[in-house]
Amino acid sequence: MARIGVFVCWCGSNIAKTVDVEGVAAEMGTVPGVVHSTHYKYMCSQPGQALLRQAIAEHRLDRVVVAACSPRLHEPTFRTCIAQAGLNPFMVEIANIREHCSWVHSDRTSATAKAGDLTRMAVARARRDEPLIQTEIPITKSALVVGGGIAGIQAALDIAGAGYQVILVERSPSIGGRMAQYDKTFPTLDCAACILTPKMVECASNPNIRILTHAEVEGMSGYVGNFEVKIRRRARSVDLEKCTGCGVCYEKCPIKVPSEFDGGMGVRKAIYVPFPQAVPNVPVIDREHCTYFLRGKCKLCEKFCSIGAVRFDETDEVLTEKVGAIVVATGFDTWDPSAAGEYGAGQYPDVISGLQFERLANASGPTAGKILRPSDHQEPKTVVFVACVGSRDPEHAHPYCSKVCCMYTAKHALLLKEKVPDSKAYIFYMDIRANGKGYEEFVQRVVERYDATYVRGRVSRIYPLDGHLVVKGADTLLGKAVEVHADMVVLATAMQPRADAKEFARQLGVSVDQDNWLTEAHPKLRPVEVLTAGVYLAGACHYPKDIPDTVAQASGAAAKVVDLFAKPHLLSEPMIASVDDMNCAACLLCKEVCPFTAIDVAEITDMTTRKPRTVARVNAGLCHGCGTCVAACRSASIRLRGFSDDQILLQLESLAQAHGL
Amino acid sequence: MTESKGDQVSHTQPAVDTVTAPPVWEPLIVAFLCNWCSYAGADLAGSSRLTYPPNVRVVRVPCSGRVNPLFIMSCFKKGYDGVLVAGCHPGDCHYVKGNYFARRRMPLAQELLQYLGLEPERIRFDWVSAAESGRFAQVVQSLTEQVRALGPYVVNKRDA
Repeated sequence: MARIGVFVCWCGSNIAKTVDVEGVAAEMGTVPGVVHSTHYKYMCSQPGQALLRQAIAEHRLDRVVVAACSPRLHEPTFRTCIAQAGLNPFMVEIANIREHCSWVHSDRTSATAKAGDLTRMAVARARRDEPLIQTEIPITKSALVVGGGIAGIQAALDIAGAGYQVILVERSPSIGGRMAQYDKTFPTLDCAACILTPKMVECASNPNIRILTHAEVEGMSGYVGNFEVKIRRRARSVDLEKCTGCGVCYEKCPIKVPSEFDGGMGVRKAIYVPFPQAVPNVPVIDREHCTYFLRGKCKLCEKFCSIGAVRFDETDEVLTEKVGAIVVATGFDTWDPSAAGEYGAGQYPDVISGLQFERLANASGPTAGKILRPSDHQEPKTVVFVACVGSRDPEHAHPYCSKVCCMYTAKHALLLKEKVPDSKAYIFYMDIRANGKGYEEFVQRVVERYDATYVRGRVSRIYPLDGHLVVKGADTLLGKAVEVHADMVVLATAMQPRADAKEFARQLGVSVDQDNWLTEAHPKLRPVEVLTAGVYLAGACHYPKDIPDTVAQASGAAAKVVDLFAKPHLLSEPMIASVDDMNCAACLLCKEVCPFTAIDVAEITDMTTRKPRTVARVNAGLCHGCGTCVAACRSASIRLRGFSDDQILLQLESLAQAHGL
Repeated sequence: MTESKGDQVSHTQPAVDTVTAPPVWEPLIVAFLCNWCSYAGADLAGSSRLTYPPNVRVVRVPCSGRVNPLFIMSCFKKGYDGVLVAGCHPGDCHYVKGNYFARRRMPLAQELLQYLGLEPERIRFDWVSAAESGRFAQVVQSLTEQVRALGPYVVNKRDA
């Protein structure tokens, strides 16, 4: 039998001016189940709370109703207060008779009647309150960072710097990511490798960071603080411990393969390191092109290796690691412009992408840093740069803006002029987006001092004629069609999510948007988190991003991880859903509607038939308590603690009764 | 009786002879407000001292997706005159998608109830964000007026 205490607050004159608080307190004393009803000037004050605790002891109350201001203000206050009096903190209900009553109505009679009703409804709810427990969830204080580009590297360094262990997993043979492919970075014209490699080396030498390259995350299970991840370390075929990085093996290898790192512009060997500053500086054998793996012959690398580091018999290794947080930093791909036939990419060798131009400019690229066009290795004198190739194009490609192309195109025009002083750059653009720090000034410098001509208009057609490329386009500012005879064309191709982003994201409980970019928890206020607790985002996998924003976001994600790890444990959300196994028929409609993938399937032994059957099961660590599943359940087999059907219907019932309905 | 400037509905009751005259009917409306948006919007209306008719009684829910259409049926079965369900704007749901489910369920519930003879103006399903105090007051005002114009809801009309 419930013993309810009702405490009506005057809130000074905020409530009492309009609501007859003494009358309401008196009225509540007549409600069945209420054994004590009183009023006080300031319930939230020290003496008010003392009054509450004293009344609990004196009248042996087992639950409490406070009619006062909004629960959004003082629910935590009164929960703590009654806990101090020995009650479970969730045995208190707040009736909002201030924000919803005394402050919005002026007629005393109707306001008092309404206050009485609201308090009565809170009493009805309180009747069905049950003690709720917040369990302590332990946290595994180590993190997984997926992706070894600048985002992953930064996040790993920050988390490791805070004293926690990090596993950094990278799919390719070396960390470094896209930034390692660049020559100079805008707007400072820092050499990309020069600012990146110190961070790469720092990762390698940091005792808290374990780098796994040539490795991929294959599966994840668990929940925040308690993830279990499967990582496949693909067979490198070279012993990581023994290899000294001398390079003789790839010098001797006879097989040449188009280099992915060079965007297909150069070659690598079947045994290779992707770039000279690779970390780890240990080669990998590409088994799909290696003669030994294809036909059982050659083995020149093994023959020339002075310390026997080559291991043809190595196999993949699948590791299972326990981590508490995961940072996703898997980066981006670029749009393949050969889909746009009018530009001639894929047809004419001198039509290249922005990333390929970057490789030409890079000193360790296929042309040792000289700008040479692919067809005849001559220096191009007239180069046309085309912006927005695949971006801002909802009909044929991507609707969004790729953010960095305006800037890197300006940078390319600058690099071209520096390396080929008698060259001329034409840039066909739609808009110039230069909104970072120093960006606008950079673009103006390129226009004014590097003789780049910006033509506002789209390119309609590119075709070869007499050894060069005719670029037909429009100049909308002049209102004319224009034609440029170029030696080389560089297309600023759109950034796009990795081909397997959607599938991979699903494994980690991350959703993707309509363009397959990973979705953040809130676009404005929670840009580094996702809706699955314990998983964070960093870098371009989230959305096209330049390096400064990537680094900032990576540090932000690391801060969230460290914030999580700094807690002694997690407290589970108490007002969550739970399934009545006896009633549940496993239609799994609840599982379908849950926004947090918090409902799984479990097997139980039916108590009547003694046979196994499936039921829905709520994961207490993931459930946020929205109740969407409860409203969906067709058999009332799932209930939401704190907002149960009973509690809601009893409120409606008590109100109806009070009005004689 | 004090009457504030903003009140558009008079709460003054005529002097009642308790023996002979029945009290004037006032609509009784239940509002299901979601904790994160509409309830907060109602709180802000209070902090801003806006005024609206005192005919609404609030039931707080964590999300508009928590509202089972059967609650609405239950309300009318008990004899309430009107029901308001208010949630976060689409895309803003604190729980991501709960309001999308409400968006599907509520119009269906309205149609079903209409089919059963209930005037559709008695149910209102709307979006009120935590910042839209004025909107909340206006929604309550207009719903109360609509319900007042329809008169009391009579359960089992054939008995009426």
